[in-house]
Amino acid sequence: MNFELTKEQEMTRKMVRDFAVDKIKPRAIDIDTKADFPEDLFKEMGELGLLGIPFPEEEGGSGGDTVTYALAVEEIGRVCGSTGLSYAAAVSLGSSPIYMFGTDEQRKKFLKPLAEGEALGSFGLTEPNAGSDAGGTKTTANLEGDEYVINGEKCFITNASYAKQIIVTAVTGKDSRGKNIISAIIVPTDSPGLKISDNYDKMGVRGSNTAEIVLEDVRVPKENLLGDPDAGFKQFLRTLDGGRISIAALGVGIAQASLDRALAYAKERKQFGKPISSFQAIQFKLADMAMEVELARNMVMKAAWLKDNGKPFTKEAAYAKLFATETATRSANQAIQILGGYGYMREYEVERFLRDAKLLEIGEGTSEIQRMVIARQLGC
Amino acid sequence: MNIYVLMKKTFDTEEKIQISDGKIETDGAEFIINPYDEYAIEEAIKVRDEHGGEVTVVTIGDEESESQLRTALAMGADKAVLINTEDDVEEGDQVTTTKILEAYFEDKEVDLILAGNVAIDEASGQVGPRLAAKLDIPYVTTITSLEIDGDTVKIDKDVEGDVEKVETSLPLLVTCQQGLNEPRYPSLPGIMKAKKKPLEELEIDDLDLDEDDVEASTETVEVFLPPEKEAGKVLEGETDEQVKELVSLLKTEAKVL
Ligand SMILES: Cc1cc2nc3c(=O)[nH]c(=O)nc-3n(C[C@H](O)[C@H](O)[C@H](O)COP(=O)(O)OP(=O)(O)OC[C@H]3O[C@@H](n4cnc5c(N)ncnc54)[C@H](O)[C@@H]3O)c2cc1C
Ligand SMILES: Cc1cc2nc3c(=O)[nH]c(=O)nc-3n(C[C@H](O)[C@H](O)[C@H](O)COP(=O)(O)OP(=O)(O)OC[C@H]3O[C@@H](n4cnc5c(N)ncnc54)[C@H](O)[C@@H]3O)c2cc1C
Repeated sequence: MNFELTKEQEMTRKMVRDFAVDKIKPRAIDIDTKADFPEDLFKEMGELGLLGIPFPEEEGGSGGDTVTYALAVEEIGRVCGSTGLSYAAAVSLGSSPIYMFGTDEQRKKFLKPLAEGEALGSFGLTEPNAGSDAGGTKTTANLEGDEYVINGEKCFITNASYAKQIIVTAVTGKDSRGKNIISAIIVPTDSPGLKISDNYDKMGVRGSNTAEIVLEDVRVPKENLLGDPDAGFKQFLRTLDGGRISIAALGVGIAQASLDRALAYAKERKQFGKPISSFQAIQFKLADMAMEVELARNMVMKAAWLKDNGKPFTKEAAYAKLFATETATRSANQAIQILGGYGYMREYEVERFLRDAKLLEIGEGTSEIQRMVIARQLGC
Repeated sequence: MNIYVLMKKTFDTEEKIQISDGKIETDGAEFIINPYDEYAIEEAIKVRDEHGGEVTVVTIGDEESESQLRTALAMGADKAVLINTEDDVEEGDQVTTTKILEAYFEDKEVDLILAGNVAIDEASGQVGPRLAAKLDIPYVTTITSLEIDGDTVKIDKDVEGDVEKVETSLPLLVTCQQGLNEPRYPSLPGIMKAKKKPLEELEIDDLDLDEDDVEASTETVEVFLPPEKEAGKVLEGETDEQVKELVSLLKTEAKVL
């Protein structure tokens, strides 16, 4: 066994940490309060090659691996959950499916600009009446001549207002048993009939763009169909497996940030004539937080390593996502407690950590869905 | 243009310094490129991009220094040289460093050498000027601007917050001050490319030096941390009483009067 990172992984982590601390951290409170998507930061992240980490150089990527990518998400999440979520969604949901399932043509046309950081992509799976149960997708795509004509509605789609294209899941027919066939289709956001609006007033990750999408007779060339037309459902399950590693990494980042804040504060803050870090009640909280952060990180790294080594990782990605995101919520909540009244104030940031962390237990499969995935893997 | 950068690894400024057995504890500490050397690396890359040539980053250190060299390569330097003194030099100082660098540069064609203004650990600021003297080339310290036109070099030099304009010529050694530039982050493609760039490892033996040649000229007598800051004192009472008390405390307690 070897727990050591490679030089490249270590260097990337340090670079992303420096970038996050210098450029993102000073703006994190503003990004949250103004619910302001930091488009310029994404441009800079693109120039640094962060949006292409897990893709090969030929595809416009940086030739890194999932471990490196997870480290980058963690470091960004450690300073800003909003930027972290949009980053994770752009890579794992916007780009990865095209890398995994796209044709050479599609990868050149749709993946390269994303991997090179010139544009963002989105993934539109969730609908008003199909959340956890993605099989309940109502959006339809009918083949008319050389074009798909798409009709339907998507909700809660990350980055859509800033995206060049959205991978939309839609029903394209019925199989022999009469069940809906769901496919994934790449829809450029300048297509006529596509309406994107972002009026959500969110609890957390407020600076991450989240949009509603209405598709009315949107026509796209049939070459935009992504991967196997009959296996759209399986494909997005695989997409989500990968995405879960990044959401888990984001959870580790927020949990680590909560621990950092709480520990520093506890050592400084004096009550009853002593630093509160000398009280066992506070020490035990900090000890639990530190342990859980490390366990969560180890699980994320293991899931990422399995993926990088071509081994099955569905179960491990679910463990990682479930544990790391619940750890993030617990740690942020404890951090607020340790900071007392100050923790309740925006300026101290830990209240934001809690609001941001909560989303991670919902997006890309709720905690309940993770438990279902694990149970299924156990053979239940 | 043959451009060289002198680089040192230093403690991460966020590290808490610990001393044991009269030495600074380095186990488990994080190391970074000396921040002033980052300005030197950045400037070297910019000069190369404008005037052509090659940037070689040279460090004297140990096995671990490879990390900082790879970072410099990832930023855009072309080659790196590690002069590993782990086994040969127990206690070196600025004279040691200069001796080794002098031997390294002996057979090199040099146009420009950039160094940091100081290393933030020992902060002597001596290595650059000493090396220039040994190589018999001009040097300018604490530069905040560098313009090269043929053999002529125009420099802004920081003098305690004021600017001195200097004109000199190549070959030249400069030491870099904050404000010269904003060092770039090593990009992901840069990090991946750095893997394939040449990193040469030398020992002092390869430079025809032995331990006696590089003996330090100074001796470290003691290493200690600054005294812990104690809680302040708030004086009370009428102003003139407070003044009296302050003066007496400065005499008896602080013993500065
Ligand atoms: C900020 C944000 C960003 C998002 N980004 C994207 C995106 O980019 N792309 C995208 O496609 N979607 C996105 N989503 C949608 C997200 O994936 C869904 O919200 C999530 O899958 C849950 O679906 P739902 O909200 O419809 O909740 P429901 O599915 O209605 O779930 C409600 C509750 O019921 C539980 N539940 C449901 N089914 C079961 C069951 N069988 N057993 C036990 N419990 C169950 C759930 O766990 C949950 O607690 C985003 C959401 C948010 C809030
Ligand atoms: C919205 C709001 C309204 C408020 N309204 C009022 C008001 O109207 N009037 C008023 O007087 N105050 C008010 N407060 C202040 C509130 O009562 C204090 O914030 C609270 O008593 C905690 O004090 P603190 O914030 O200084 O935290 P601290 O006392 O510094 O506590 C920090 C952490 O250390 C823990 N801790 C402290 N001592 C020990 C110990 N010996 N052993 C174990 N753990 C310990 C605490 O439980 C906490 O987790 C308000 C606060 C807020 C946020």
